[in-house]
Amino acid sequence: MKGLMPIFKRELRAYFYSPVAYVFIIIFLVSNVGCTFLLGNFYRANQASLETFFLFHPWLYLILIPAVGMRLWSEERRSGTVELLLTFPVTLTTVVMSKFLAAWTFIAIALFLTFPMIFTVHYLGDADNGPIISGYLGSLLMAGAYLAITSCTSALTKNQVISFILSVVICLVLVLLGWGVLSNILNSWFPVWISDLIAQFSFTTHFNALRRGVVDLRDLIYFASVIVFMLMVNVVILDSHKAL
Amino acid sequence: MIQVDKLSKVFGSYRAVDDISFEVGQGEILGFLGPNGAGKSTTMKMITCFLPPTSGTAKVCGYDILENSIQVRENIGYLPESAPSYHEMLVEEFLRFTGEVRGLSGNDLQKHVDRVLEQTALQDVKDQLIDTLSKGYRQRTCLAQSLLSDPPVLILDEPTDGLDPNQKHEVRTLIKRISEKRTILVSTHILEEVEAVCSRAIIIAKGKIVADGTPNQLLARSSYHNAISLRVKSLESESLLAKLQQIANVQTVQLLDAGKNDTASFQLFPQQGKSILNEVEQFIQNERLHVEQLYSEKGRLDEVFRKVTLNV
Repeated sequence: MKGLMPIFKRELRAYFYSPVAYVFIIIFLVSNVGCTFLLGNFYRANQASLETFFLFHPWLYLILIPAVGMRLWSEERRSGTVELLLTFPVTLTTVVMSKFLAAWTFIAIALFLTFPMIFTVHYLGDADNGPIISGYLGSLLMAGAYLAITSCTSALTKNQVISFILSVVICLVLVLLGWGVLSNILNSWFPVWISDLIAQFSFTTHFNALRRGVVDLRDLIYFASVIVFMLMVNVVILDSHKAL
Repeated sequence: MIQVDKLSKVFGSYRAVDDISFEVGQGEILGFLGPNGAGKSTTMKMITCFLPPTSGTAKVCGYDILENSIQVRENIGYLPESAPSYHEMLVEEFLRFTGEVRGLSGNDLQKHVDRVLEQTALQDVKDQLIDTLSKGYRQRTCLAQSLLSDPPVLILDEPTDGLDPNQKHEVRTLIKRISEKRTILVSTHILEEVEAVCSRAIIIAKGKIVADGTPNQLLARSSYHNAISLRVKSLESESLLAKLQQIANVQTVQLLDAGKNDTASFQLFPQQGKSILNEVEQFIQNERLHVEQLYSEKGRLDEVFRKVTLNV
């Protein structure tokens, strides 16, 4: 894993070179809090928990994560630096991982900045820390899965917009598969075990348990395996199409 | 140091590089010449392990590009064609980054960064954003990056592209200066560069090697090799032309320009590139000609270039 740290550091710093990082963090925080209080009727739920806060994450991430990840490889391809990066004495896997980890860390920073929500629920009532921690863990893992998909689509094109749209579409499908409305429709078409199986592929299904404080190893493995699989695909895409 | 063995690259149905083999030894500066699209960059991209070859292989410092790709890349400093760099970084910051990726750190890293900043004359702009630099500076920033880890093999894809004449001169001097104990493969389509810098040149066209030799050997293939240019004071250029054609070993004589200020200019082509200077001198003395200009040509590389690349 030689070369991981320098590339990781450069990549993470690259977000903060431009005002985009700060704009993103502000949008991330405003949309998170806005959804919780306005759409989620946080006060009316009358519960000192972050369940409504996490409820909107799969939908918010649908736009926010591809926005962070779309430049990962597209930008390198557009500016030609991909040729420099991939002729350094560093393995392709290391480069893919460093870039992914940097973007993930950036998202983690944005997510961390929502910490006033934790104080809010503790102030309002006797909040249980368990579901809060598992919710954050789930949210971060889910963000990683979105990001790995975006990294992959980003490697496919020089154009950030195409990369953005592709990843939104793929992630939307993965979110919708576990959406209650769709499950009901599928239930009326297929036997229950098939619609259940389809729902198992969805981000929402696995995130919902973590959001409620249930830490099931299978959910963690699901997100981890999506990340690992997509990053492997990412390596394969780059290996076969270094120059577009 | 570089051994290229039957390297080929096919894009779809297009053979960009077609069964190329050559070797570059230590201390050699090999000029890689060819028209646009001849396969120069593609060959370089394969040697630097950026593109996988369709068939064949290459070895750099004894390491195979397919089997020991990391070791190959450790031994190569590479300047890609468009001289890419991260425009949002400062010059020194960018160089420090590329050094770190190559495994340098601490004092060692700073020493190398300072050295390449000096070699490429970038000290004045080291705290500037690469984005704000002119093309020449960006080119040198990327060149500096390739020299950073002091690699034994340098692969430079059009290093003087986009530079002004002064900068071109500086880069050529730099390449010559660092060539000791190093192997340099430099691609260009500027022919003067080959004569100025390279110890050997390969001309490729349509993915194949069409000429290989020292600049002088290549010049010897020119029909202008040892040709003589002569301008004399004369009012009877036509009769003089006939006389000049009688000189031994002269193949043909061209009348370039007659009448202006009572002078006539001739171009004398020798048979099989023989030196005809002595014969011409003798002729001038015998005829008591008043010479205004006389010089012998080494050959014209652009003519050789056209000759070998157009007939492929």
